[in-house]
Amino acid sequence: MTVGVLALQGDFREHADVLRALGSDVVLVRRPEELAGVNGLVIPGGESSVMDKLTRMFGLAEPLRAAVTAGLPVYGTCAGLIMLADTVLDGISGQQSIGGLDISVRRNAFGSQTASFETDLDIPALGSPAVHAVFIRAPVVDTVGPRATALATLADGRCVAVEQGNLLGTSFHPEITGEYRFHEYFLKKVHRAGFGS
Amino acid sequence: MTDTTNSEQFGSSRVKRGLAEMLKGGVIMDVVNAEQARIAEDAGAVAVMALERVPADIRSQGGVARMSDPDLIDSIIAEVSIPVMAKARIGHFVEAQVLQALDVDYIDESEVLSPADYVNHIDKWNFTVPFVCGATNLGEALRRITEGAAMIRSKGEAGTGDVSEATKHIRTIKGEIARLSSLTKDELYVAAKELSAPYELVAEIAATGKLPVVLFTAGGVATPADAAMMMQLGADGVFVGSGIFKSGNPQERANAIVKAVAFYDDAKIIAEVSRGLGEAMVGINVSDLAAPHRLSERGW
Repeated sequence: MTVGVLALQGDFREHADVLRALGSDVVLVRRPEELAGVNGLVIPGGESSVMDKLTRMFGLAEPLRAAVTAGLPVYGTCAGLIMLADTVLDGISGQQSIGGLDISVRRNAFGSQTASFETDLDIPALGSPAVHAVFIRAPVVDTVGPRATALATLADGRCVAVEQGNLLGTSFHPEITGEYRFHEYFLKKVHRAGFGS
Repeated sequence: MTDTTNSEQFGSSRVKRGLAEMLKGGVIMDVVNAEQARIAEDAGAVAVMALERVPADIRSQGGVARMSDPDLIDSIIAEVSIPVMAKARIGHFVEAQVLQALDVDYIDESEVLSPADYVNHIDKWNFTVPFVCGATNLGEALRRITEGAAMIRSKGEAGTGDVSEATKHIRTIKGEIARLSSLTKDELYVAAKELSAPYELVAEIAATGKLPVVLFTAGGVATPADAAMMMQLGADGVFVGSGIFKSGNPQERANAIVKAVAFYDDAKIIAEVSRGLGEAMVGINVSDLAAPHRLSERGW
């Protein structure tokens, strides 16, 4: 099973390390041709406006969109969640997303870095124990459309993890806390989908 | 569905270091007003550094360089949605308190400004906001991390457009890390003494082969090729100070440097983005600078 990690900017090495630890072959994806052979893709944390710009400049945005439409399993964390959202709120002028998740995501929803935090989340889809989640200038899911399902919410009810078919997105960063269960959950999607095989 | 079971924890090391992790592979640009901040964000900066004078002007105009006017910082925070960093003088913990109160995303305790304390750096553990600090070698980096820095940038020589010091500092830090990895446990005690850094931190770096925080490069980067070289030398990302807005075509140059950092190992792309950028900043050779004018020698 080969999983790509979008490697234009952000913490892609951390994702690659988790995926390798779970037995996947990893390809770092920066060019359209590197997307060709992957069975799944992770879009890492980072700055969504930069990822958007670079994916468009280097001809990756359209192939990504086509792959998502064709059923490529994709997991996005933080900036990656923004890239997967159909609607981005509070983006920079002209900011676009790849889309796929029937949600609107509000970028940088908590405020400046001093409002960044860590907390524990009970996530039934992953079972026990609770997920220790790190939110860094994080987005939240403002509205969850009928095709998407919320997986986790904060105490105040705001949604911070969603799935929809082969797509998975979290506002927080399992890749920097040693939390492997989201990646395992995603790899199950990758196996089930059998995309590209 | 879910509930938050524990209370939220702010300002932890993980959260502070985590923001730097998200900036990796990116370019942080010095800006002196909201208009430049807009250009930087549009060009693909991962963050901006808000300051009143870029290092090249601090160098040419002289005088004491201090924290920027809060109005300037506010105007830049209002203009962009990417993280905004701002500089405090070395050891000036009240400037840092002010910057935290202004809600900046990162504080740079910077040798580019005039030091406020020639003995002590800021105790950065006292803050919720994270700090980045400069270093010319591994010992300096480890002392800053011990004081609570959540990100390190190699210093280079700011405001020169001469990349040679940046090269020297990143090579020095990377080389010293590699050397630690080759030492036996008993040798690490002496290494810690020589580095003037805590043994536990030295042992951790020897075991992991890297700093526990993100390492960017700064000081003298003026071209896409300069930025890509820093990345090939092992930097996690690049600060560009005077190099963008002291050049002939800031927008194009900023854009080109962003692309060159993302594709730092692809010479064809670096060649492509280097075309037609107009004048680079004029620059000063570091070797022509008298020692008292070398900013990288501030901090210890």
